[in-house]
Amino acid sequence: MSAETKKNDSFVKTLVVAVALCLVCSLLVSGAAVALKDEQRANKAADVQKSILLAAGLVKEGEQADFDTIFSENVETRVIDIASGEFVEGIDVASFDQRKMANDPKNNVVLSKDEDIASIKRRAKQAKVYLVKENGQLTSVVLPVKGYGLFSTLYGFIALKADTQTVAGIKFYEHGETAGLGAEITNPAWTSTWEDKQVLNDRYQPVLKLVKTGANSNTEVDALSGATMTSRGVENLISYWLGEHGFGPFLARIRNEQSRGGNHGV
Amino acid sequence: MAFDKAEAKSALTTPIFDNNPIALQVLGICSALAVTSKMDKALVMSIALTTVVAFSNLIISLIRNHIPSSIRIIVQMTIIASLVIVVDQVLKAYAYEVAKELSVFVGLIITNCIVMGRAEAYAMKNGPVMSFFDGIGNGLGYSALLLAVGFVRELFGSGTLFGYTILETVKDGGWYQANGLLVLPPSAFFVIGLLIWALRTWKRDQVEAA
Repeated sequence: MSAETKKNDSFVKTLVVAVALCLVCSLLVSGAAVALKDEQRANKAADVQKSILLAAGLVKEGEQADFDTIFSENVETRVIDIASGEFVEGIDVASFDQRKMANDPKNNVVLSKDEDIASIKRRAKQAKVYLVKENGQLTSVVLPVKGYGLFSTLYGFIALKADTQTVAGIKFYEHGETAGLGAEITNPAWTSTWEDKQVLNDRYQPVLKLVKTGANSNTEVDALSGATMTSRGVENLISYWLGEHGFGPFLARIRNEQSRGGNHGV
Repeated sequence: MAFDKAEAKSALTTPIFDNNPIALQVLGICSALAVTSKMDKALVMSIALTTVVAFSNLIISLIRNHIPSSIRIIVQMTIIASLVIVVDQVLKAYAYEVAKELSVFVGLIITNCIVMGRAEAYAMKNGPVMSFFDGIGNGLGYSALLLAVGFVRELFGSGTLFGYTILETVKDGGWYQANGLLVLPPSAFFVIGLLIWALRTWKRDQVEAA
């Protein structure tokens, strides 16, 4: 062993090198994270916006288009009170952050065990919903949904047609499920099978099921093979969010407005 | 150490055909299976890996005389991991779509044997400039193989290259019946195997003694 390597292996030198390295590396990593935060946030917001358009069927998967324009021309963003289903007026929709609200004790609702079929523990009191219109006529409504899969919370949007019973589309934009198995919830080939499925029955209760034996009715969707828990999570989150504790009151309001020929308080 | 042009050139080019990290050393196979279904994914992954291996070699070589041998692997890992996080952050900021598709595989560059292998085998013993070139060379070797596999898989699996239609598939009303197997990761085993066979037929000295 040469004198130099011996000196390197001394206790003090080892400690000094380790500490110095950690300091430099942590500065590098945190520097990069801070410097790029704005771009990443913008990318994420754009991705969420695109997911809404995909769920509503306004753009196709893989299509390149001016998403901002399509969004602003066709989609109206509103905030609602989940329990009453009423629109909340005088709120800045751009800065409304539902996820933050769900973790804020003043603005969230802790769910009881019976209610909490989507395993989310608590939800925000208010929610951001998206009304898709064509010539002033409501064509579909896009609702944010979330629920626990196998490893992670799944975040997505489900679009319902104006009758509130039929699925127009579904799109998950954030999850941490296994690639190739649970992560197949983002596969367009699978999500396209949701279109035109009946999600609410005649009494407007959630009826859609994910089945392993092959979907053979209008209220069934094929479950994902190799992803039992993720499929169950998807089924549960649909049942929760479209049920009476979720967007049920809001959907009832939409139906009322429809039958009265109103235009949703706009 | 004086800068030697011939040596630098050989450090850059040898890993491409003569000492390819995937084909000869059979390292980094995991990511080569996962990210080669599309050319654009393969290209971004290649750039990410080349950047990481070049700079990890450079940095490790710069401080190689001060790294205590008892903690050298941890020191290398820390440097590599930091670089990978930086690359991942940059991708999320400027190539979000591809970054989302590559997801875990960029993070897994940390455990890519090529990066560790070059740090331990080359950068710990050679000067910073040569180590940097060695890193780029090995990154190019990885890239060459990844792009070759990606080319075959995307062209015959989906009928496209970089997303542009080359062979009109039956599904889109064309004539080409796409090979579904090539879209799935295991097909990369066959393609890599065939490439290694072709390479060793061309360069006989790479054949291992039976």
